[in-house]
Amino acid sequence: MKRPTNWLELAAPATLVLIAALLGLSASQSNQTYFIDTLVKVTIVVALYVFIGNSGVLSFGHISFVALGAWAAGVLSVPRGEKPAIMPNLAHFLRVTTVSSPTSLVIAAAVGGVFALVAGLALMRLSGLAAGIATFALLEIVHNMLRYYEKIGPGLNTFSSVPQTTGMWQAAIGALIAVVVAFAYQRSRYGRTLRATREDPYAASATGISIYMQRLIAFTLSGALAGFAGGLYVHFLPLNTEVVYLDLTFITLAMLVVGGATSLWGAVVGALSVAALDSFLAAAENGVTIFGWTINLPAGTRLVVVGVLMAAVLILRPTGITGGREFRLPGWWRR
Amino acid sequence: MTVAILNIDWQTLADALALGGIYALMAVGIGLVFGVLRLVNFAYGQLVMAGAYALAFGSEWNLPTWVSILFCFAVVLVLSVGMDRLVFRPLRGQSPAVMLVATFAVAYLMQAVALLWFGSLGTIATSLAPLNRPWDIGGVEIRKIAIVTVLVAATCLLLLRLLLDRTSVGLHMRAASMDFVTARMLGVRANRVIGGAVLISGLLAAIVAVMMTVQTPLVTPDFALRDTIIVLAGVVLGGMNRPLSATLGGFTIGFASGLLGGALPTDQSQYLDSFLFVAVILVLLVRPDGIFTRGRGNVERA
Repeated sequence: MKRPTNWLELAAPATLVLIAALLGLSASQSNQTYFIDTLVKVTIVVALYVFIGNSGVLSFGHISFVALGAWAAGVLSVPRGEKPAIMPNLAHFLRVTTVSSPTSLVIAAAVGGVFALVAGLALMRLSGLAAGIATFALLEIVHNMLRYYEKIGPGLNTFSSVPQTTGMWQAAIGALIAVVVAFAYQRSRYGRTLRATREDPYAASATGISIYMQRLIAFTLSGALAGFAGGLYVHFLPLNTEVVYLDLTFITLAMLVVGGATSLWGAVVGALSVAALDSFLAAAENGVTIFGWTINLPAGTRLVVVGVLMAAVLILRPTGITGGREFRLPGWWRR
Repeated sequence: MTVAILNIDWQTLADALALGGIYALMAVGIGLVFGVLRLVNFAYGQLVMAGAYALAFGSEWNLPTWVSILFCFAVVLVLSVGMDRLVFRPLRGQSPAVMLVATFAVAYLMQAVALLWFGSLGTIATSLAPLNRPWDIGGVEIRKIAIVTVLVAATCLLLLRLLLDRTSVGLHMRAASMDFVTARMLGVRANRVIGGAVLISGLLAAIVAVMMTVQTPLVTPDFALRDTIIVLAGVVLGGMNRPLSATLGGFTIGFASGLLGGALPTDQSQYLDSFLFVAVILVLLVRPDGIFTRGRGNVERA
């Protein structure tokens, strides 16, 4: 039986992304960076959702795909003349090749996808706790390699002089691409099959589904999206290895968990609401004035608040603020 | 005088043994709680961090050494029990993955609180600094703390062994970590066993905090974070479901990283972490129960 497509499940998160972008465009120049940052994080959280949400398997490793995508796009985008200054030990091929920003984003997605595929070949056998620890190990390995292996990037230095081409529109389009891909995947037979393995692995295996294969497909796809997000990120901020490490892992997982890990709507709502709170607190740490009140919070408040929020949601409402369901109109409207 | 192979001198060897001892204690602390709750406590390192801050403030306020050590124990135990009450208990019955994410959140929260209260520059703990002076043993100079750490770790592990083997609390704990549901049916009190495991794990965290602040006196909000990640890897390597195999795993990874980190030149030792974590992934794939376990046990409670 073929179920009709509920286009609202795509329209609702896409509309939220557009609203965020439009709000961002009307904000002051200095506040625009918060909105661009938020849109990039939406892309990362949607990438996380494609794997974690549909499979029910935890991954601490996705930020390593973001990092690799950022490195690939960054190294290839720095103008040739400036490469020796910031990356003196670069491999020959990378030193002589420079590509345009859109091409570098495609390459970032490809690098993220291929790396996720290779890692997934081994890791997708695991689930539960073992998967959590093994993907964490993946994050550590990639972080360690990028930090010290200077043939493929700036090592401990910061990625300066990457063209800053991720503006509001580019970030919004990137987030929309991620939302559309995630939607297309979750209503394809692969997405439905993987969700069946999440709900009942034994029943799914009994009907002939290869759990390993389905998880691998989702892991690769979400790795590609994460790599793409990394490409967007490096064209927005001068990154170094510490930016794409534990803090980003924490905040993006918090966004997914707070929103509700098992739906695309939850991923987008969680990313936007946590980002709104986080950006507000970050601004408040530098002092903001609202309705004549000046709020000036000490540095570090935002991590405390986000940490409390994440722990509270996990304890009190483990399915997240959307309950892990897709967007539906209120009952009186549907009748 | 040096050991012939790999240019390892006695100090490096002693330091590696001491690091192995510290990591073994942390591994038991994590392993005991895992045994009864099936919960990997990512926030264990933050307990150590809190203890280290207690010691640092103790030396800042010029408290006598024994008072600041007592203060450290008090802080860590209160936090440990508080963590159990506020976070672990409401999460009982959730999947291990959810609990792992939750303790990850708690770890971050505690680190953020430390950053908020104490700033990022760090505080220095000096009360036990004399232990950093070398001892002369038959012409070989070895820092006192290395020897003290090895002795303390060995004593703690021995006492723990006695507790688990010879007392009824220990018996309950072992029974609970084998099969919690059956153990409860046979009259093991869940809250008492879990409370006991949490208390002992807190005690160990406090001892680790004392030892570690001597080696690294500068206490920052991310104190012991790196170590926790490596110990977690070691616990997985050794095998999570038995305290003994977890201890051996922790000791092995500490000893190996101490030895290799001291013996290899910098351009190789900087990749040590990659090497360790590749080993973790390989072990998870080949022997998911760990290398120091015999036979198959259930790692996750169904």
